[in-house]
Amino acid sequence: MTIVDRTALGSPAGPTPAGSADSGSADSGSADASGAPHPAAPAPALISLSIAGALNAALRDALADDPSVVVFGEDVGPLGGVFRVTDALHATFGESRVWDSPLAESGIVGTAIGMAMYGLRPVIEMQFDAFSYPAFEQITSHLAKMRNRTKGRVSLPVVIRIPYAGGIGGVEHHSDSSEAYWTHTPGLTVVTPSNPADAYSMLREAIASDDPVIFLEPKSRYWAKDTLVLPVRTAPMARAQVLREGADVTLIAYGPTVKTALEAAALAELEGLSVEVVDLRSLSPFDDETVGASVQKTGRAAVIHEAAQFGGYGAEVAARVTERQFFHLQAPILRIAGFDVPFPSPKQEEHYLPTAERVLAALDTWEW
Amino acid sequence: MNDVVAARAEPVRPTLKPIRLIDEKGAPVKGAERAGFTLPSPEVLLGLYRRMVMARRFDVQVTALTRQGRLATYPSALGQEGCEIGAVSSLGENDWLFPTYRDSVALLTRGVPPVQILSSFRGEWHMGFDPYEHRISPQATPLATQALHAVGLATGAKLKGDEVVALTLLGDGATSEGDAHEAFNFASVWQAPVVFVVQNNGYAISVPFSKQSHARTLADHAIGYGMPGYFVDGNDVAAMYAVTSAAVQNARAGGGPTLIEGLTYRIESHTNSDDPTRYRSPHEVAQWRQRDPIARLETYLRASGALSDALFDEIAAAAEQLAAATRDAMNTEPVLDPLELFDHVYATERPALREQREYLARELAAAEPAPADVSSTESISTASGSIA
Repeated sequence: MTIVDRTALGSPAGPTPAGSADSGSADSGSADASGAPHPAAPAPALISLSIAGALNAALRDALADDPSVVVFGEDVGPLGGVFRVTDALHATFGESRVWDSPLAESGIVGTAIGMAMYGLRPVIEMQFDAFSYPAFEQITSHLAKMRNRTKGRVSLPVVIRIPYAGGIGGVEHHSDSSEAYWTHTPGLTVVTPSNPADAYSMLREAIASDDPVIFLEPKSRYWAKDTLVLPVRTAPMARAQVLREGADVTLIAYGPTVKTALEAAALAELEGLSVEVVDLRSLSPFDDETVGASVQKTGRAAVIHEAAQFGGYGAEVAARVTERQFFHLQAPILRIAGFDVPFPSPKQEEHYLPTAERVLAALDTWEW
Repeated sequence: MNDVVAARAEPVRPTLKPIRLIDEKGAPVKGAERAGFTLPSPEVLLGLYRRMVMARRFDVQVTALTRQGRLATYPSALGQEGCEIGAVSSLGENDWLFPTYRDSVALLTRGVPPVQILSSFRGEWHMGFDPYEHRISPQATPLATQALHAVGLATGAKLKGDEVVALTLLGDGATSEGDAHEAFNFASVWQAPVVFVVQNNGYAISVPFSKQSHARTLADHAIGYGMPGYFVDGNDVAAMYAVTSAAVQNARAGGGPTLIEGLTYRIESHTNSDDPTRYRSPHEVAQWRQRDPIARLETYLRASGALSDALFDEIAAAAEQLAAATRDAMNTEPVLDPLELFDHVYATERPALREQREYLARELAAAEPAPADVSSTESISTASGSIA
């Protein structure tokens, strides 16, 4: 697999898609702030790192670089989080920077809002996707709206890390893909990395952002490793990335389904089909430009996600790409998604989750 | 387990009778009912009196303006001035207030100009003042959500080493919300410098307190969270001020949070669209009017010689001035910019929002009358007349 924009920090910024100047000046400013060069640091070494490890490194570096960053939530202290993403942070930075909170998600988000009002940059964790629901009101009614409500006087630089989606044999409430709840809420930025380099770079950028960010971590991919040099800086998180170039079809994926899309592309190649894979990375904002350019090239698109299809994020993708690219499209945009049922028990999840085979079968439904 | 229990100090248990320093007839209270609290100085009491009179006049004026259609809605605090003003007057300049929609007079007391307080109720914008200028969060419409913000801000200040206390106002109905429980618990576990003031005004819109809680008093909740709780006569501004001040000082000194229940009554309807005759008797309202917090303090201050006729007249005149200024402000139509809808949603610019902003700008430009039509006010009225 090819990560297009993996450039070690200190080198010139990596290649970005054409027109990246449109991505917003504040974004690039944030990225710069998050990755100040360390002149005294030893020569960067190539290391093998998982997504969980990259997130841990990003948190560690953010805590070290900015005294206003604090990390709290359930079990994020001495245990290091149930997925070990906050491993050793409590020991390194102490109780005043990294601590275990009472077990109440609305309380975690609500107090993070108050801390952000006082100038801190809280990075908080919802232990599992479905456990974020008690915090729904705080997220949608306050975190998302405070800046607008106060005419920009009160920014809330809060990052909510949420391990999400299935594929790890989790019992009920441990496998939801709730992204559409958050993307439907103006005021939130919603991103999801699919590889270790993006995990590091995007989390640093999210922490440096003055907007609240819902940071969705694909838990089935936590242990996926890659070799990289830290600190790594990839493309701005608002930009989608073409991970594999192709001429016939665009597969639009994010988070856990990026792997599915790449597998499907490899299988399709054996059948003579040239598939382009776009990793959205950011769900809100949506990178119309990168996706549009790909669809203009291929003329066909399918979007893949684990969440239930009805009212899902794929519906927004299909609608807005159709609105903008209708005359470039040779076929209707397909959605390969979860069924419209609650996420199943571990022994049934294989029937629910979109697979590469299911993607190929969907592509076969088009008239070619 | 025993070690954990032993490590915690026995919190103050709320009294069953509300703490009171001045009784309903305006006489100073002696003995146990004071629970060890002492009457504030005459200067402090006069200040509280002045603030309550201003608050009452403001409240009556805004309610009238709302009935005249100048405001979309206004939740009155008439009758709750003792609770509101007593609590908020205990705060220092660097302390923070986290109010609800009913606490406009608390904002007034902290110096927010009327036109800024009323921005949301007249339908201009969701709030109209700078939180950092006044150290007041936006008035919360959802119940109890702001209590968690208060705990977070106070904890943030504590982490930074600043001696800042956050006071949050809640209603009796709000204590049924999960966020109230989470705020009490987080504050106590983190020993946050927070003061929770529950204004028990008897009703959550129409639902009486008896259907809200089975606790003896709402201050009793404090015991379960391991913090001190005080049950106070909310219509005795002297008691509210004394107890809240002690709680603020305790929080500032590192003593953690306190829960205070002020027993009071909402004399007006919930908002102008409410009909309280459907759920409470005129007799009940009349009884509570007899316990008016302003009349009570006035009697005390006149009897003690602190309030002369001249001072009374001076304060009343200042209140009239405030009312007149509020009327003037509300009779001036605000100038709104529809394009501002897009300007504060994100700190980071979004191309899609920029496109929508441009769309609305084009729509507005197309709807604008040609320059000749706006050359005189006469032609505008003619134009609107012809549309009608």
